[in-house]
Amino acid sequence: MGDPLFSKGVGPTVVLIVLIKTLVVFVFLLVGVLFTIWMLRKVMADMQDRIGPNRAGPYGLLQSVADGIKLFFKEDLLPETADRRVFRLAPYLAAVPAFLTFAVVPIGGTVKLFGHRTILQLADPPVGILLVLALSSIAVYGVMLAGWASGSKYPLLGGVRVTAQMLSYEAAMGLATAAVVLSAGSLSTRVIVTEQANWRWNLWQLGIIPFAVFLLAAAAEMRHRPFDLVEADQELVAGFMTEYSSVRFALFYLAEFMGTITMSAVMITLFLGGPLGPDIGFLGGRVSPLWFFVKLVGFLFLFMWIRTTVPRFRYDQLMDLGWKRMIPLSLAWLLLIAAMRLGVDEGWNRFEVVAIAVAAGTVAAGALAAAMRVSAARREEQELEATV
Amino acid sequence: MGYLDGFRVTLREMFRPRVTWQYPEVKRPKPERLHGRHVLNRYEDGMEKCIGCELCAGVCPARCIYVRGADNPPDAPVSPGERYGFVYEINYLRCIHCDLCVEACPTEAITEGKLFEFSFTNRDDAIYTKDELLVDDDGMPRKLPWEDWRPGEETHTSAWVRATSPSGSAQYEGFAAWSPELGFGLRPGEPAQAEADEQEGG
Repeated sequence: MGDPLFSKGVGPTVVLIVLIKTLVVFVFLLVGVLFTIWMLRKVMADMQDRIGPNRAGPYGLLQSVADGIKLFFKEDLLPETADRRVFRLAPYLAAVPAFLTFAVVPIGGTVKLFGHRTILQLADPPVGILLVLALSSIAVYGVMLAGWASGSKYPLLGGVRVTAQMLSYEAAMGLATAAVVLSAGSLSTRVIVTEQANWRWNLWQLGIIPFAVFLLAAAAEMRHRPFDLVEADQELVAGFMTEYSSVRFALFYLAEFMGTITMSAVMITLFLGGPLGPDIGFLGGRVSPLWFFVKLVGFLFLFMWIRTTVPRFRYDQLMDLGWKRMIPLSLAWLLLIAAMRLGVDEGWNRFEVVAIAVAAGTVAAGALAAAMRVSAARREEQELEATV
Repeated sequence: MGYLDGFRVTLREMFRPRVTWQYPEVKRPKPERLHGRHVLNRYEDGMEKCIGCELCAGVCPARCIYVRGADNPPDAPVSPGERYGFVYEINYLRCIHCDLCVEACPTEAITEGKLFEFSFTNRDDAIYTKDELLVDDDGMPRKLPWEDWRPGEETHTSAWVRATSPSGSAQYEGFAAWSPELGFGLRPGEPAQAEADEQEGG
């Protein structure tokens, strides 16, 4: 496995090809962010019976460009109480991982470039998915440090919330990813995609649960509604971004929307077969960037739809959903998938495995519910005592 | 569906026709009684209606009107009464277009036209002097360079005062309780409610 580009040694052409691919990914992400912002504003406006941006360029397409230019020419404020170095570093900690994550996403098959065969993917490390998880954890640092370094109370509250939220949902996300890794037998994103060939998409191969968990966890990672209490406007002004302006604000904005794109791309890779699709002649083969982009736009729309529809969670609801629902659910599902896989290898009766799993699952769910009921009752008792 | 009902709603709204007017390109017809920029009217013989009583300035909640009255020169009177408005200024940075000045005016000298699209770019332009507010020799409001008059609008300068002059009493509906104006003569009142409804329906 790996990129066939490096099989014949590394020469100047190979370096050039890698540089070109990097540049293409970089430009694609930047343009993608501009497009995503425009699309979000249009979709949201449509759903709210408005028209949305329609002044700058045809259909308001250049609105984000205009906003970007405006932001770059604004005054760059640095609060007096801020931790200067960390304050300056934080936006990059948020933006760079969003860029890097996309490097491991396969967007197409193999192409021939300057006499070298290469894959349409910037890098294919054997630990691809781990890299994605690690980078998304680093992005948390950016947001958390931004909140802390601002030297102001609203950003600090936002930073605290973001840390708690990201940690809770990262666990669920990791477990959902583990299910995919288990079925593919590899951490490489390219292998995960090829394992899903012939419509064996993980979306239905693993049951809908890991996908649903990953979708919600990804929405939480992106800090979109209903998980946007990190920057809840009514409570925290703009959360961790409150003290940021100008270029640094633009970087956070960039990171947020780039995160949307890369998270959608990762989800497509994990569950929807990446660039795999039906063969429809010259428009798109079985493996074509076309299918990748179609799915990407679909995912972006889905996130915008959720964002426009669902109101924000309360903080305890957020934590309950993360720790008491999604983590146990994805954990149980992971065990079930592991049992089924082991069953196939050992030649166990499939129905027996499922029946035992369901029985064990019911018992576990009951025990969990009982434990939660008891702890809730005790907490109430304590609060009652405290008030007396 | 419970939790998912909202998704159907938002998706449905996407395909509903918009009610937004594309403003600078498409301008919505203005209501008959819109409160816009003021005009100072004249009688049919060219005399100014303003008598410099300062009631408009007194009633103005935004304190945007400045009036100074003076005795009419006996050989060349400006208004039919004893006194006339010597200075008349309205500061449009303060005016809230409440039309209380119009209500207060005993001679219908000040009325509001329907013009609201006037964007001056300095403070001096914001203060309209008597020369700018007074109608010209044809009884038409003077159009300033930064004002965006729509066609035919200059003839609708006193609709509100005529509409409200019956004071809500049906007995005086359509009854002209106002004086003639230069260029227009005695203007008819608004049609009675029943007729207005009919016109709108037809």
